[in-house]
Amino acid sequence: MSTATDAESHAVHEHPPHLAHHFDTEEQQFEADVQGMWLFLATEILLFAGLFCAYAVYRAHHPEIFYHAYKQHYLSVFWGSVNTALLLVSSFTIAAAVWCAQHNYQKWLVWMLVATLALGSGFLVVKYIEYSHKIHSGLLWGTGFNPQKHGHGHDDEHNDAHDEAHAATAHADEHEGDDALHDEPADAGASADTSAEDQLQWVYEPGGTGPRGLLEPGSAIELSEDEQVRNVQTFFGIYFLMTGLHGLHVIAGLLAITWLLVKALKGHFTAAYFTPVPIVGLYWHVVDLVWIYLFPLLYLIH
Amino acid sequence: MATIPADYSAAPPARDNYLTHGRGILSWLCTLDHKRIGVMYLVSILAAFLLGGIFAILIRTELLTPEKTIMGADTYNQFFTLHGAIMTFLVIIPGIPAALGNFVLPIMLGAKDLAFPRINLLSYYLWVAGALFSVLAIVMGSVDTGWTFYIPYATDTTMGGVIPVLMGVFVLGFSSIFTGLNFIVTIHKMRPPGMGWFELPLFLWALYATAVIQILATPVIGITGLLLIAERVGQFGIFHPGLGGDPVLYQHFFWFYSHPAVYIMILPAMGVISEIISIFSRKHIFGYHFIAFSSIAIAMFGFIVWGHHMFVSGQSTLISVIFSLLTYSVSIPSAVKVFNWLATMYGGSISLRAPMLYALAFIFIFGIGGLTGLFLGALATDVHLHDTYFVVAHFHYVMMGSTLIAMIAGIHHWWPKMVGRMYNEAAAFIAWVFVFVGMNLTFFPQFIMGAHGMPRRYYNYPPEFENLHQMSTWGSYLMAVGFVIIAAYLLHSLFAGRTAPANPWGGATLEWRCASPPPHDNYPVTPTAGDPYDFSDLKYNPQTGDYESDRGPAAS
Repeated sequence: MSTATDAESHAVHEHPPHLAHHFDTEEQQFEADVQGMWLFLATEILLFAGLFCAYAVYRAHHPEIFYHAYKQHYLSVFWGSVNTALLLVSSFTIAAAVWCAQHNYQKWLVWMLVATLALGSGFLVVKYIEYSHKIHSGLLWGTGFNPQKHGHGHDDEHNDAHDEAHAATAHADEHEGDDALHDEPADAGASADTSAEDQLQWVYEPGGTGPRGLLEPGSAIELSEDEQVRNVQTFFGIYFLMTGLHGLHVIAGLLAITWLLVKALKGHFTAAYFTPVPIVGLYWHVVDLVWIYLFPLLYLIH
Repeated sequence: MATIPADYSAAPPARDNYLTHGRGILSWLCTLDHKRIGVMYLVSILAAFLLGGIFAILIRTELLTPEKTIMGADTYNQFFTLHGAIMTFLVIIPGIPAALGNFVLPIMLGAKDLAFPRINLLSYYLWVAGALFSVLAIVMGSVDTGWTFYIPYATDTTMGGVIPVLMGVFVLGFSSIFTGLNFIVTIHKMRPPGMGWFELPLFLWALYATAVIQILATPVIGITGLLLIAERVGQFGIFHPGLGGDPVLYQHFFWFYSHPAVYIMILPAMGVISEIISIFSRKHIFGYHFIAFSSIAIAMFGFIVWGHHMFVSGQSTLISVIFSLLTYSVSIPSAVKVFNWLATMYGGSISLRAPMLYALAFIFIFGIGGLTGLFLGALATDVHLHDTYFVVAHFHYVMMGSTLIAMIAGIHHWWPKMVGRMYNEAAAFIAWVFVFVGMNLTFFPQFIMGAHGMPRRYYNYPPEFENLHQMSTWGSYLMAVGFVIIAAYLLHSLFAGRTAPANPWGGATLEWRCASPPPHDNYPVTPTAGDPYDFSDLKYNPQTGDYESDRGPAAS
């Protein structure tokens, strides 16, 4: 393991060991590396932008799908919040790791990287719980969407057969049953007379266009049983594509952090050379940032 | 035309240069040297060009007669799809930046290499992987969707090659992103003393603008490809109307990349032409700042015009009108460039060497290609011309006639620098005649056919179009002959060409102060740059065929 003295002796050395032949100074090399990473992160953001754009288009054209998904509590706000907390804390620990690397606190660097790995892995575990619940409940995309299996009060079977996550959601649904359909969206222009009607009759205020074409602002339409849940599978198509792509990025980030950890354990990072730490740190922040947008857009929106 | 006396030494370059630095196939395959990677790119891209060209010749041969000529309708659909996909993604998008840019950019900057040499090599191998995916697609049952992969063709076709081609496009996107990223960082961080942003050669401004588009647009085709694969494999229902998806959304996604990609193709070409026009007119480039900023302007405008590909897709009329207006805005910076080139030539001492011949061809062809773009950007005429041969002719004038011609111009311009040998000018002139005449003979009749309603991609056609189709086909044969001649004299020059001096054309950018071919590290000491278009201190030396500078060579 290097020590602070080693680092100093590297710094005063005429040919710093990490300086590539085509750069003049270490500072130039560091700036180039960081700029390269920022540009790469721009491409990552744009990769996700395609999916966010698809989300925006479907939400503008078919708000009823998203509203329905919210009403049915298809996604667990609890687990989403847990994951948000995990990633936020992991962003702190990776930032702390960068600080430790810069200030040559090698032991703390290792611990901060381990903490980040643990938090990131926790995120994946929660995602696994959520995904398996969805698969069990038939909450999938395309023709795999079969929400009949989604618990509507048949709690006995579900509690026995499924894990905690599913039980919690099924439980929530049980209470929602009728209540959810009585709740009006805050801005709904329609009267509350739907409460007297059948469960499947509900009201929403369209964002611009609805299934019947362009609507007057402030107008509300009532949807028939046939119309109200059409194409809900699109929500899960978007959900799985967005969280799936994000999950792949989490895995990539964890692999990169593991690589950092191996290097850190060998004492590669000193106050004189620590470029990979902030670079991976930047990547991890973006992974976090994307989730910060995914969470409200998918879990909280209504 | 300048005459070169034949009395100076024809001995091969004996010095240590990048070609002789390290021997054996592995020293090439594992190289981190930007020059070798550039040469590998060039060879690979030209091989892909040969493949795409063979498909083109087969398509044109099929169209000699209104009915079946040499192949069936299904084969014809596959061939035009493969021609389009190979030429677009494997040849003209990476063509100038990855092959010529890789070689020239660091030398022009007085740098030893790009900022990230390993990422540069990775980018090359990603290109190779993308090319292999295309071959795999042909093996696995080919594709017949057209190069745009519109839904529902791409989701419902029974051809097995759709997914490999899309994987190839995804991987090639990474290759393109890495090249662009490398160029931006290198231009930002590794300029030599004396080179501020406005002493940057215009080719580098063009590559910079191109790299910005590569970074900002390519991820979108990446996610589009992934979504399309997901759609085909997993029926996610984002694009497929049968599952509640929106096929027009796919078109938006596709063109959000593929229209800026048009500028990935043309901007570096314009950069090459800016260099050549100034050097071969022996006159300082006219309107340096305008040319530099017009590159950036084209890159920016290029992002907001994609909807003009979708005038008949059912998008709202208001959107179409806005896209039409924005489309016209691109013509302003494009015209700024053309007028600046003409003004540079005005009063210059023009020498009609091979690079300049191609540059002049570029201006002529790009003029036609650009102006016919206005017909297509106008709503009323586009509805008539949409999906006809008029569109085919327009984009071939811009992609083939402009980008590819500029790439050939660039190859001729930097060939002495790359290989240290001069090619035969007389053969180059003959080839130029074939290519220029062949190009116009191939594509000009297509404007006429398109205006008369000949739809693109059709296998059969009414007999009234037979004469025009035959002219077009004969033109494509002329072009093919031209390309064969080019290949022949360039290969010949490798073995029997005269030794090239450091500065055979009298250029003032830094690469001409480096030896031909450049040494492994380009420069022993970082050179100081000056005005890249100031030719006043260059003196022609008839003994060596070289233009010598008071500043002396930067490397020897």
